[in-house]
Amino acid sequence: MNTVLAAEAGDTTARNLTITLFLVFVAVTLAITIWASRQTKTATDFYAGGRSFSGFQNGMAIGGDYMSAASFLGIAGIIALYGYDGFLYSIGFLVAWLVALLLVAELLRNSGRYTMADVLAFRMRQRPVRTAAAVSTITVSIFYLLAQMVGAGALVALLLGIKPGTTFLGMDADAAKIATIIMVGALMIIYVTVGGMKGTTYVQIVKAFLLMGGALIMTVLVLAKFNFNLSSLLGQAAESSGKGSAFLEPGLRYGVEVAGNSTQTFYNKIDLLSLGIALVLGTAGLPHILIRFYTVPTAKAARKSVLWAIGIIGTFYLLTLALGFGAAALVGGEAITAQDKAGNTAAPQLAEALGVDFLGGDLGGATLLAVIAAVAFATILAVVAGLTLASSSSLAHDFYANVIKDGRASERQEVTVARVSALVIGAISIVLSIFAQNLNVAFLVALAFAVAASGNLPAILYSLFWKRFNTSGAVWAIYGGLFAAVFLVFFSPVVSGAPTSMFPDQDWQWFPLSNPGILSIPFGFLCGWLGTVLSKERDEDKYAELEVRSLTGAGAH
Amino acid sequence: MSTDTPASAPAESAAERYLAVQRSDEFAGLRRALRGFVFPMTVAFFLWYALYVILSAYARDFMGTKLVGNINVALVFGLLQFVSTFLIAWLYSRYADRKIDPVADRIRAEMGEVTHEHGPRG
Repeated sequence: MNTVLAAEAGDTTARNLTITLFLVFVAVTLAITIWASRQTKTATDFYAGGRSFSGFQNGMAIGGDYMSAASFLGIAGIIALYGYDGFLYSIGFLVAWLVALLLVAELLRNSGRYTMADVLAFRMRQRPVRTAAAVSTITVSIFYLLAQMVGAGALVALLLGIKPGTTFLGMDADAAKIATIIMVGALMIIYVTVGGMKGTTYVQIVKAFLLMGGALIMTVLVLAKFNFNLSSLLGQAAESSGKGSAFLEPGLRYGVEVAGNSTQTFYNKIDLLSLGIALVLGTAGLPHILIRFYTVPTAKAARKSVLWAIGIIGTFYLLTLALGFGAAALVGGEAITAQDKAGNTAAPQLAEALGVDFLGGDLGGATLLAVIAAVAFATILAVVAGLTLASSSSLAHDFYANVIKDGRASERQEVTVARVSALVIGAISIVLSIFAQNLNVAFLVALAFAVAASGNLPAILYSLFWKRFNTSGAVWAIYGGLFAAVFLVFFSPVVSGAPTSMFPDQDWQWFPLSNPGILSIPFGFLCGWLGTVLSKERDEDKYAELEVRSLTGAGAH
Repeated sequence: MSTDTPASAPAESAAERYLAVQRSDEFAGLRRALRGFVFPMTVAFFLWYALYVILSAYARDFMGTKLVGNINVALVFGLLQFVSTFLIAWLYSRYADRKIDPVADRIRAEMGEVTHEHGPRG
C-alpha cells in the first residue's frame, strides 16, 4: 500500500495539479465576486445579499460556512487516529442545529436586520449592548479565523510536500506557510470587500458542492473497497489501528481513563461532558452563522435554510465517518502521524491511496490527492470569508454606525466603513496568524464555540423569550460568558503546562479542563439573570414590539 | 398605518398597536403554539444528547457491546442521534407549516403594513 504522499516522494504531478485546480477555483470565485459587486448597491446588499437567496441556496451556503477545515480534515483525522471519538465531535456539531432551528433562526430573521446585535439591542440602550456584541463577535470570529489560517499554512506545506531542506518556487516550508497565510488572507479580504454578502454566499455555495462531491466520491470508493460492508470496514480499521475493538468505542481521545490516576480520569470525563455541551450550544451563538439568516426574504425561508443545512451537514458528517475509518484501515495511523501528528492529512492521504487503487497507479493517486487538496483549500477560503464578513459587519453596523455615529451614519458611509473594516480585520488576522503559525492553536475552534455558547447564546435567548431582560442583563451575559470562557482557557492545559500546549515551555496552568463550557455556560446564563434583576430598567412596550415582530414577521426588514 | 382593522383608531401609536396585538387572544394562541412545541422538544433532544455523551463518558462497557459484526452500541447510538435530529427537524417543519405560519400570517395581515420608523435603529 502506498502510504506516502506522492508529492513527498518527489512526484510533482500532484503538486502541479493541486495548484492548477486551486487556481481554477480562485479564478471562478473571483469572477463571481466581481459579478456580485455589480449587484451590490445598498447596505442590505452588502450585509445581507439583498435578502434575495432562497432557502435552498442559503442552506447550502450555511453548510459552506459551517463545515470548516476543522470539520473536514480535523474530524476525519481524529477518527483515523483515535477511532470512535471523532464521531462525538460530529454529533455535537449536528445536534446543535436544532437549537438554531427551534429557538433562534426564525425569530432572529423576523426581528433583526444585519447583525446579531440588532436583536440583542432591540429593546435595550443601544451603545452598551452593541459595543458588547461587537466585542464578542470580533473575538469569536478572530479566534476562529486564526485557527483556520494557521491550519491553512501548515496544510499547504504538507500538501505541496515541502520538506525541511527543500524549496518550492524558491520558498522553504516556513516561507511557504507565511505565503499561504498572506494569500488566504488577501483572498478573503477581496471576497468580502468586493463581493459583500452576495459574493461570499456564492463562494460558500460553490465550496459546499465541491466538498460534498469530494467526500461522496471518496466514501463510495472506501465502501467499494469493502464490498459496501460497514462491519468489515470497521473491523479492518480496528485491526490496522492496533487497538482492537477499543478503536470502535469512545475513550481513546476524550474522557481518557488514566490507569492509576483517578483524579485525572475524573477531570478527563468532565472535560468530555464540557466539550459536548459547548458544541451543542455554541452553533446558535456564532455570529457568522447568525448573519446568514438575514440573507433570505422571510422567516419561513430561514427555517427552510436550516432544514437544508441540517440535511447537508448531517450527510457530510456521516461521510466523514467512512473517511476517517477508511483512512485508519487503508492508510494506517503510523503513515498519517508521520505526515501530521494531529492527523489533519488523513483525508488527503486516503484520497491518494484510493486514487492509486481505483484510478490506476501513482498518477491516479496524484490526481485524487490534488482534487481533495484543492477542495480543502476551497473549504478554508469559504469559511474565513464568512468570518471576516461577520466581524466587519459588526464593526461597521454596531460599533461605527450605532455607537460612534449614534445611528446617524448614511448607508454609503456604513458600507464604506464595513469594507475598510474587512481590510483591517483581514490584515490583523494575517499578522496574528504569522506570529501564531508555529503554535498549537487548534483549540481556538472549540474556544470560539465555548465563547459563543457562554456569552452570545444566553443574551440571544433571554432577549427573545424573557420579558424582564434588559440592557444590564445583556451586557453582563455577553461580557461574563466571554470573560469566563477566555479566562478559564488561559489557565488550562491547552495554553500552558503540557507538551501539547500553545506554550509548552511555560506553566501557569491550574484549571484542569481543556474545555471551559461546563462552568462558563452556566456562568453566562447566571450573569444575564443577575444583571437583569439588579437593574430597574424594564420596557414592556418594546418587548411587546419585539415579541409581536419576532413571532409574526410584522415590520420585518 | 392601515385603518382596516377595528382595533386601530387613527390616533393609536405603533407602541399601543403592538401592545394590543401582544395582549390579544389570537397572539397568545400563537405564542402557546410555538412555545408548546419548541420548549419541550428542546428539553427532549438536549436530554437525549446528554444521555449519549454521559454514556460515552461513563458506560463504556455498555457502549462497546457488539450488536452485529463489528457494529456496536456506541455506533448505533451515535447514528440514532442523526436520526432523531433529522426527525425533529422534519416534525417541526410540518408543525410550523400547519400550526404557526397560518396564524402568524393572519395576525400580520390584520396589523397591515407597520412602518419601519418605529423599528430598531439599524
